[in-house]
Amino acid sequence: MSIHNKKLFLLCLATLAGLFVLQFLLSDYLVLAFTRILILAVFAMGYNVLMGYTGLVSLGHAMFFGAGVYGAGLSSYYLGVSLPVAFLAGILAAIVLSFLIGLLALRTQTVSFMIVTLMFSQAAFLLILYFSEFTGGDQGLTLPTSARSFSLFGLEVDMTSDVARYNLALTVFGVVLLGLFAFTQGPVGRLLVAVRENEDRTRMLGFDTYAIKLLAFTVSGGISGVAGALYGLMFGYIGSAFAEFKISIEALLFTLVGGPGTLLGPLVGTGLMTLLFDRLSGVTTAYLIVIGALLIVVTLWFPTGILGTLRDRWLPWLK
Amino acid sequence: MAEVVLLKTKGLTRHFGGLKAVENVDFQIKEGEIRAIIGPNGAGKSTFVNLLSGRIKATSGSVEFAGEDISRMPAHKRVRKGIAYTFQITNIYGSMSVLENICVAVHNRLRPSLLSRNHVSEVDIEAEAAEAAKTVGLGDRLEEVAGTLAYGHQRLLEVAMGLALQPKLLILDEPTQGLSDSEIANFKEVVREVNKTTTVLLIEHNMDVVMTLAEQITVMERGTVLAEGTPDAIMNNAAVQAAYLGASA
Repeated sequence: MSIHNKKLFLLCLATLAGLFVLQFLLSDYLVLAFTRILILAVFAMGYNVLMGYTGLVSLGHAMFFGAGVYGAGLSSYYLGVSLPVAFLAGILAAIVLSFLIGLLALRTQTVSFMIVTLMFSQAAFLLILYFSEFTGGDQGLTLPTSARSFSLFGLEVDMTSDVARYNLALTVFGVVLLGLFAFTQGPVGRLLVAVRENEDRTRMLGFDTYAIKLLAFTVSGGISGVAGALYGLMFGYIGSAFAEFKISIEALLFTLVGGPGTLLGPLVGTGLMTLLFDRLSGVTTAYLIVIGALLIVVTLWFPTGILGTLRDRWLPWLK
Repeated sequence: MAEVVLLKTKGLTRHFGGLKAVENVDFQIKEGEIRAIIGPNGAGKSTFVNLLSGRIKATSGSVEFAGEDISRMPAHKRVRKGIAYTFQITNIYGSMSVLENICVAVHNRLRPSLLSRNHVSEVDIEAEAAEAAKTVGLGDRLEEVAGTLAYGHQRLLEVAMGLALQPKLLILDEPTQGLSDSEIANFKEVVREVNKTTTVLLIEHNMDVVMTLAEQITVMERGTVLAEGTPDAIMNNAAVQAAYLGASA
């Protein structure tokens, strides 16, 4: 098999190696922060498939993150399945949900698409609150101690250990990163970009662009679900806050800052923004104002984000 | 070449509100032909070929292609049947390279199913794309970003993308608009070359291009076919002269 964009592939491998080494250099506090960053970066990478590569801005990805959280959390809490099974259940829930929502939402475009995805997402959020006896609502549910560890292929993993959590998050991040490398840098990725650049043209080259967009939507939602399932199970807690509007905006912000349509942009954006929030929330409780201001600045002056700017100026392979 | 009808319309009609853009058009094109459609602005030429390619849905009437009724077929499926359409306004992927632009077209032909396991390698796709670029004379510009090409080259890229589909029928909507004289001369060569394997339907304002390339000309006016015939016959047709010169018919 030939690899198309070798430079980017090597950069991905170097990034993974760097992230592995990082755990030996950072304080415990920062290792935990980077665990969260890796999981949220997976979420942003999923979002980026749709927003960055395919050019469809969704304001409802919290529902797919939430589908992962609840699909995994509820099956662990109520059915007592092992964590790997719960993890798969979360991903499956997100894939099914995103396929169904995609079927409907993709009949609209641009602003209507944003509104429709937002409305579905808010409906999902309100459903979680409405069925709070079952979901725990905004109080949430804490997973039992039995769900804080698992063994897979003879490997015992303790979910309360910082080291285990970091390496688990890094593994999932690595798998998603390399999977998305294959997906976005090959022929299918070129079709996503073709739809983003010029949908009419792509249709007139013989492609069912609705099917291409549905594929992107489902992959995007599915990966968001991977992040949600991992987050819920890793920290042993599920709650409606994971399906809030704010979560959708964070995915958008992380992707925008890092560089939409670049493979590593979401990681950069998530890392920078998460560390920034972390500092800011120590200073003020109104850090959401900063998010708003940043969104405006980025949209106006850096629409291609950090890696997008690098790509446009110096590194054309960074995509 | 045998006289095989490649495409046939019956009573093809499209109204936009009260405007009868295309009205009850019966039209035939034979395999291997170069056909030009001419007519004054607003005659319905572009709407007509858009009805053929499926970009616009017909109000009524039928389109038959290679013996099959495709009236209800969506545009992307018609492309797969062999109807390629190149846009009047240059319509390429500006941020992609020339090669990538054509690759999207080749991809459709070599790997039609989105998730197929039929592994046609990127190498094969790129080789065929490079071949199509060579045919139109863009062979030494494969890595250039399409949006930065000169206008004439963008038009050629547009044609190369159509060619890469290896269509049975190539529809060119005002392909020489905005080209210089030397570019037009080159373009005529390209069309002759393409015509060895493909039927060509051309909408064109440039009469020199029409007269040297077309074997048959269809004249449209106000959504209907005004006349049809060889270039000579059309030149001497009184109704056509009236339509073009504005004399009272």
